[in-house]
Amino acid sequence: MHPAYSIIVFTTLSGLGYGLAVVLGLGFLDPSLLMTKLAYLTSLALISIGLAASLLHLGNAQRTWRALSQWRSSWLSREGVMAIATFVPLTLSATLAIFADRHDVILGFITVFGALVTVYCTSMIYASLKTVNSWHTKLTPLCFLLFSLAGGFLFASAFLGGNGLVAELLALLFVLLALVTKMVWRNRATTLLPISTPETATGLGFIGKVRLFERPHALDNYLTREMGFRVARKHAAKLWVIAFVFGVVLPILALLLALAIGGGPAAQIALVLGVVAYALGIFVERWLFFAEAKHAVMNYY
Amino acid sequence: MTSLPQNRTAKKLGLVIDLDVCVGCHACVISCKEWNTGGYGSALSDQHPYGEDVSGTFLNRIHSFEVTPEGGQIIGEAGDARVVHFPKSCLHCEDAPCVTVCPTGASYKRAEDGIVLVDEDKCIGCGLCAWACAYGAREMDIAAGVMKKCTLCVDRVYNETLKQEDRVPSCVRTCPVNARHFGDLGDPNSDVAIMVVERGGFDLMPEQETRPTNKYLPPRPRTSLSDSAPIIPLAENTEGARGFFAWLDKTLDRI
Repeated sequence: MHPAYSIIVFTTLSGLGYGLAVVLGLGFLDPSLLMTKLAYLTSLALISIGLAASLLHLGNAQRTWRALSQWRSSWLSREGVMAIATFVPLTLSATLAIFADRHDVILGFITVFGALVTVYCTSMIYASLKTVNSWHTKLTPLCFLLFSLAGGFLFASAFLGGNGLVAELLALLFVLLALVTKMVWRNRATTLLPISTPETATGLGFIGKVRLFERPHALDNYLTREMGFRVARKHAAKLWVIAFVFGVVLPILALLLALAIGGGPAAQIALVLGVVAYALGIFVERWLFFAEAKHAVMNYY
Repeated sequence: MTSLPQNRTAKKLGLVIDLDVCVGCHACVISCKEWNTGGYGSALSDQHPYGEDVSGTFLNRIHSFEVTPEGGQIIGEAGDARVVHFPKSCLHCEDAPCVTVCPTGASYKRAEDGIVLVDEDKCIGCGLCAWACAYGAREMDIAAGVMKKCTLCVDRVYNETLKQEDRVPSCVRTCPVNARHFGDLGDPNSDVAIMVVERGGFDLMPEQETRPTNKYLPPRPRTSLSDSAPIIPLAENTEGARGFFAWLDKTLDRI
């Protein structure tokens, strides 16, 4: 599948933003601190930038409001509805924290629920597609949720500046859980046999082996551009190592360093660098998520 | 509504495509583009039509496949490889995943005849329906930013200003070898339904569980090259020659 930058930016940034919103909603950060107020603004900014980026790949973005109408059947529509609905408790919580130094438990709980459901809906857009075997598994939403939570706790640790032992330990736990889940996901993706083949696609398997003799068009078309992307597959192994180093190794080193130092500007700088590395790692992971995915329609090409 | 219609009529309009007779001439591709670029919805645009990097939106495409039976890699040994021309357009699936993924309600399946259409005024061009389709039946129009797909020529089949013989999809009307047939596959007595039963028509990718309406008829078995080999040295055999050739044969034999 073609890895559109707008969608990669969207899933990476909004995933981080919702993860941070979950940690804020759980009340890990003291609302009277300046850093907590900044954390709220960061969460809102990440989600907003992500959602705005997601509009960039649309052919007719001026009608986007219509995408909120089909929540009964469409995961994309559900995601849009949940994303907007989650803004309400999150913005209210942010307002309370910024102007009244308060954290409301009920609002926080609603924020946590909304953020997790939104990330789940995002992941189900991909997991619900039977045409892409590697995505069509319950492991896909699990990966998205764990990456989001890992990012959220990591981010929160950075805002806590090395003074949040629980957040740091949870960040460590979720990064490792996300890694294990993603490895299981990738192992499945690389070893599974595709459910559709050129033989089932043409129905000619009863005669013998099917091979494309002549394409329907001499050059590219929308389908081959969108579903037949192969550039990153060439470097998939290297990119996977880069995603592993940036998304797992460096954040864990940053967390361990912060735990060892135990607070202060040095710990905070280490954690901020850890967050940046993590975001880059997730960006590469998302790139591979799309670029490595094989679509059933390519059985015709 | 992008939920699939609950109260469907029995009517299922669709195509039956005969892989035995299609010669791969692409006439249906061109007539489809010609009719639909000026018909339903926005035009089917081309990008760089006279440049080096030509591409464009089509609702119907012809692939050509080589099918090789086990052992058929060596000519005439265990069956022969053959080329099958393969027209492909929207199959108007009963469980159309392209419809249910649509976030805006632009993509829908008609309750009255099962045709799957896109309301282009509602389409935001997100492309998710094309991702959900295993058959590559949907192509985004780059100029209009909306998704295009086969309409089963809904603006022809019910069009009473056209002559009766023209009230079929453009591809069906134009096919010079009658490889494409149009009709109601929900009616077991229709020509197309009978054809499917008699010829063993099949679904494409049944494992995707989309229950396509369009059916494909398999290529008929062919006489193998090795079976027809003894007929070839006819020149050596003058048995059955009559008239002038019989006289010539006898005379030349005597010399």
